[in-house]
Amino acid sequence: MSILVENLTKKYGSQRAVDNITFEVKTGEIVGFLGPNGAGKTTTMKIITCFMAPTDGDVKVNGLSIHNNQDDIKKKIGYLPESNPLYNEMPVLEYLEYAAKLNGVPASKVQERIIEMVRLTGLNSEKHKNIGELSKGFKQRVGLAQAMIHDPEILILDEPTTGLDPNQIVEIRKLIRELGREKTVILSTHILPEVEAVADRILIINQGKIVADGTAANLRKQAQGVEVLRVQISEAENSNTVFNELKNLETVAMIDPVPEEENTFLINSKENVSSKKNIFNLCVKNNWVLTELTPLETKLEDIFRELTTN
Amino acid sequence: MKEIWIIAKRELKSYFDSLSAYILITVFLGLTGFFTWLYGSDIFFIGQATLQPFFSIAYWTLFFFIPALTMKMIAEEKKSGTMELLLTKPVSDFQVVTGKFLAVLLLVIIALAFSLPYYITVSLIGPVDHGAVILGYFGMILMSMTFISIGIFASSITNNQIVAFLLSLFIGVFFLIIFDVLSANFTGGLGLFFNYLSLSPHYESIARGVIDSKDLIYFLSITTLGLFLAKTVLSKRNIVE
Repeated sequence: MSILVENLTKKYGSQRAVDNITFEVKTGEIVGFLGPNGAGKTTTMKIITCFMAPTDGDVKVNGLSIHNNQDDIKKKIGYLPESNPLYNEMPVLEYLEYAAKLNGVPASKVQERIIEMVRLTGLNSEKHKNIGELSKGFKQRVGLAQAMIHDPEILILDEPTTGLDPNQIVEIRKLIRELGREKTVILSTHILPEVEAVADRILIINQGKIVADGTAANLRKQAQGVEVLRVQISEAENSNTVFNELKNLETVAMIDPVPEEENTFLINSKENVSSKKNIFNLCVKNNWVLTELTPLETKLEDIFRELTTN
Repeated sequence: MKEIWIIAKRELKSYFDSLSAYILITVFLGLTGFFTWLYGSDIFFIGQATLQPFFSIAYWTLFFFIPALTMKMIAEEKKSGTMELLLTKPVSDFQVVTGKFLAVLLLVIIALAFSLPYYITVSLIGPVDHGAVILGYFGMILMSMTFISIGIFASSITNNQIVAFLLSLFIGVFFLIIFDVLSANFTGGLGLFFNYLSLSPHYESIARGVIDSKDLIYFLSITTLGLFLAKTVLSKRNIVE
C-alpha cells in the first residue's frame, strides 16, 4: 500500500497549514513526521485519513484518490488521532467490538481479532473496565488496538507514545517496528530519538513545507559535511607544540583548543578525508598518550533546530 | 445499512448505560399515568374509555424530552473528538446522522411500548376506539421523528449540549405553537401557509383517525430536512473553500 501525496495544500482562512507538499510513502516503509507544533503534521494526517478535504492537491492511496474513493481508503487505514478520543463510558471489550464491526470485520472474525488485539497491546488485565477508568497509558493502548483491529494495511499514528511511561514507550515502539515489516506506517512525534529508533525515513515539516526528507544517517551526513574530532592528549611536554604539530597534519583543516581543558582540541578535517589515522601516528611518533579521540556527530536535535527556526 | 444499525445500537446502549433511558421511561410513564388516571380531565372525569388524555400529555412530555436526548448526539462527540475517529471509519456522514436518529427513535418507541398497559386497562373498563389508539401511537411516532431530527440538527451546529438543547426547543416551539398562533392571525394564503407549517393540525388529523398523505408528507419531509441539514453541517469540514 503506497501513499502518494501530491501538491497538497490546506488553508485555514488565509493561513496555509499545509503548503504544497509532495511526498511518497512506499509499501512497508515507516515514515516519521517531525516538526514543531503547528507545522502541519496533524492536518496532513487528517487529510490522508479522509477526515478533511484539502484545499488543493490530492492524496492517492494505492492509486485511489481521496476525492473519489473515501470508503475504500478508510477501510485500509487504521488511525490513532492526536488526542486519542474514546468513549469513556464504554467497557474496553465492547468498544473494540464496536470498532471492529464499524471497520467491516466479518462477524465470525470479530472475537478472534479482539483477542488478538488485547494480547498484542497488553490490555488483558484491564479489558473489563470502562475506558474512562483506565490510566492514560492504557487508554493509548486502546487507541492503538482500535486502530489495528481490522488489520489495516496502513497505520497512521499521531503521536502514539504521548502519555506512556518509559517501559511502555519501548514496548509500543517495538510493536510499531514489528507492524512496520508488513504495513505502511506514518507516525508523527516530537521526540527525536523516537523517530530515529522507529522510522526508516524522516520527514521534517516546518510551516507547512517539507524541509528535510531522508534517513537519519543521510540527514546527518548532509548537515555535517566534514569530520569533527575531539582529541585529548596527555603526557605531552608543551601544549603549544602539540597544537602546532596537529595543525600541520595534512588532513586537518581547522583546530580549536577546548577552553579550560588542557591539551584538548576540536579538530575539523578537510572535506572527504579523515584525520584519525594521522593523529594516532603523530602521537605514537612523539610518545604522547592519546586519551580521547571521539568523532562528534551532529545530533538530530541540531539538524531539527536548524531547519525549523528562522 | 449495517453501519447505521451498528451506530444506532451503540447509541441506544449508551442511553441505558447512563441511566437517561430509565429516567426518560419512568418520568414519561409517571407523568402520562398521573394525568391519565388521577388528575385533571382524567378518564374518570371524562367518563369515557379513551386514551385522549394520555396522548395529549405524551405529546408535551416528548416535546421536552426529545431535545434532552438528542442534545449530546453530535455536540458531545465533536467536543470530545470521537467524531473524528468515527468519521475516519468506513462510514458516511449520512450513516452517522441516521444511526443516531434511529437510536433516539427506538428509545421513544420503547417508552411508548411501556405505556401499552394503560391501553389494555382502559380497554377493560369500557369500549375503546382501537383505530384511534393505534393511530394515536402512530402520530406520536411521526411527531417524535420530527423533533428528533430537529434535535440532531441543533446538536450538529454546536459543541455545547445546553445550546443544542435550547436551540432544539426553540425550533420546536415554532412548529408546536408559534406557527399555530400566526396562522390564526393571518387570513388567506399566508394563514393557510402557517397552518400547514404548524404541527398540531397534522397530528390532530391523524389522531382523529384520518391518515392523509398530506400529513405523512409533512412529518417525513421535516424529518428528512432535519437529517439532511445535520449531515450538511457535519460535512462542512470537508468543503473546499
